[in-house]
Amino acid sequence: MNRPALLSAVVLVLLFLALPILLIIAVSFSSATYLTFPPPALGLRWYRAYFDSSGWLDATWLSLAVGTAVVVLATTLGTLAALGLGRLPRAARTAAAALILSPMIVPGIVVAIGVYYAYARYRLIGTPLGLVLAHTCLAVPFVVTSVAASLSNFDRRLEQAARSLGATPWGAFRQVTLPLIRSGVLVGALFAFITSFDELIVALFLSGSGAITLPRRMWDDLRFAIDPTIAAVSTLTIALTALLLGGAHVLRIRAGRTPRV
Amino acid sequence: MSYTGQGTATALIGAPATRPSRHAGAILLVGPLVLYMAVFYAAPVLAMLARSVLDPHLTLQNLVRLAGDEVFFHVFGNTLLTAVIVTLGTLLLGYPVALALSRMRGMAATVTLVVVLLPFWTSVLVRSYAWMVLLGRHGLINEALRGAALIDAPLRMLNTAFAVYVAMIHILLPYMILPIASVLRQVDPALPRAAASLGASPWGVFEQVVLPLSMPGVIAGTLLVFVLSLGFYITPALVGGPRDMMLSQLIAQQVDLLNWPYAACLSATLLAATLLLLLLCQSLPGVRGALRQSMR
Repeated sequence: MNRPALLSAVVLVLLFLALPILLIIAVSFSSATYLTFPPPALGLRWYRAYFDSSGWLDATWLSLAVGTAVVVLATTLGTLAALGLGRLPRAARTAAAALILSPMIVPGIVVAIGVYYAYARYRLIGTPLGLVLAHTCLAVPFVVTSVAASLSNFDRRLEQAARSLGATPWGAFRQVTLPLIRSGVLVGALFAFITSFDELIVALFLSGSGAITLPRRMWDDLRFAIDPTIAAVSTLTIALTALLLGGAHVLRIRAGRTPRV
Repeated sequence: MSYTGQGTATALIGAPATRPSRHAGAILLVGPLVLYMAVFYAAPVLAMLARSVLDPHLTLQNLVRLAGDEVFFHVFGNTLLTAVIVTLGTLLLGYPVALALSRMRGMAATVTLVVVLLPFWTSVLVRSYAWMVLLGRHGLINEALRGAALIDAPLRMLNTAFAVYVAMIHILLPYMILPIASVLRQVDPALPRAAASLGASPWGVFEQVVLPLSMPGVIAGTLLVFVLSLGFYITPALVGGPRDMMLSQLIAQQVDLLNWPYAACLSATLLAATLLLLLLCQSLPGVRGALRQSMR
């Protein structure tokens, strides 16, 4: 392979990947009333527009609240399941793992209309509870895979040793197992939050008119006008996600696991 | 149970003595999540899918009607075509990056990895919005071309199939790059060197040594991108036109029209296509490992 040719191809593709996102960030700091590039002058007017709008802020708070509830539910259920999965008989383990991991594979729209169909009967449409219940299912696979990965480096005999030295099952878990898998649990929790915070397809069906999440609010706005407020909101969510995922990445490397590649 | 040496060891390290009790513990740990997902996710989805054959009573009529439905064939065909184009696009653009990424060390590798992961860390909605800003009638590309006097009237790019392809390739590229790079990274660097020292040209080394060894990653990435493409909803809805409708959009539209049996049939088709592809490709050697690696 020709090295300069390969290198320039790689640089072009990397630009293709990065530029659209950098552009959104640049546009969000524009002082113009309309989308133009380069911005005539820099300013924070679109951030002000965001912080002055109760609609945007309500949506943001709802998304943060739903995401937090999802973290609690998904991390608890997912960590427990990851601890038990390895000890199940083979057939049961395969079946349970297939169910638990399937939201990663089943197309979003199929999940969305499925839960819409069922939750409507229990009047969960337009309630934060409905969103939490559904988002937890989407977030759980990330917790289970992350905790299971940290468990695969974990020598189970440590826990057994603690038990033989007189620790209760809960004591052995809290003092031996948990500290060793903590980074896996934290990474799973971060992914659970982001999964819920960024989720749109399920929210489109479950939000109704009473529980408008941030992505849903952005979607509604995009259908009418692409006003730069959305660029400001996008930049804020990019910053939050990058911060959390950057944190997850550092945790992973610290935990001695190979990073994504 | 006889008191064998192994038994003594087990007793010493305090492992739970009998198998059934060990399973009971595991079931107590996994049970809550399985129950939760059965109630709030699996049962709702299955109940919805069941309407494809139970509405108005047990019948295959809805599915038979699907086979003769022109709209369905148009949309299904368009979905497959989009998935093929997006998969080829990501493969073409992603392979060189994966190759470079697997050879880089230090700072350059970190920067490249961050750029590859950057879109990964941005929601699909925000990335689709970025392409709306870029490709719109008064979007940045049109303004730039007009500014450079290359065109008189703005090009129509937004709300076309082209916009869907470009935005989806942008969104799905990391899913192609990461599995290929993870496989290439495990290739023994002595192999290409040996081939070169035996007289292979640089292209020969690539074609006969590196490329074949990277195939599990290529298949894993191709599968991942193709399967994810089939289910895309947000991006085609925002940047595509009415003629570029994909299966997910048709499903959502039918639900809005309260045409549940039809929506259920479409969902069953989409799900079946997805699962079939995954099962098919999981049976290929090396692919399962590459997929698992890149899912982390």
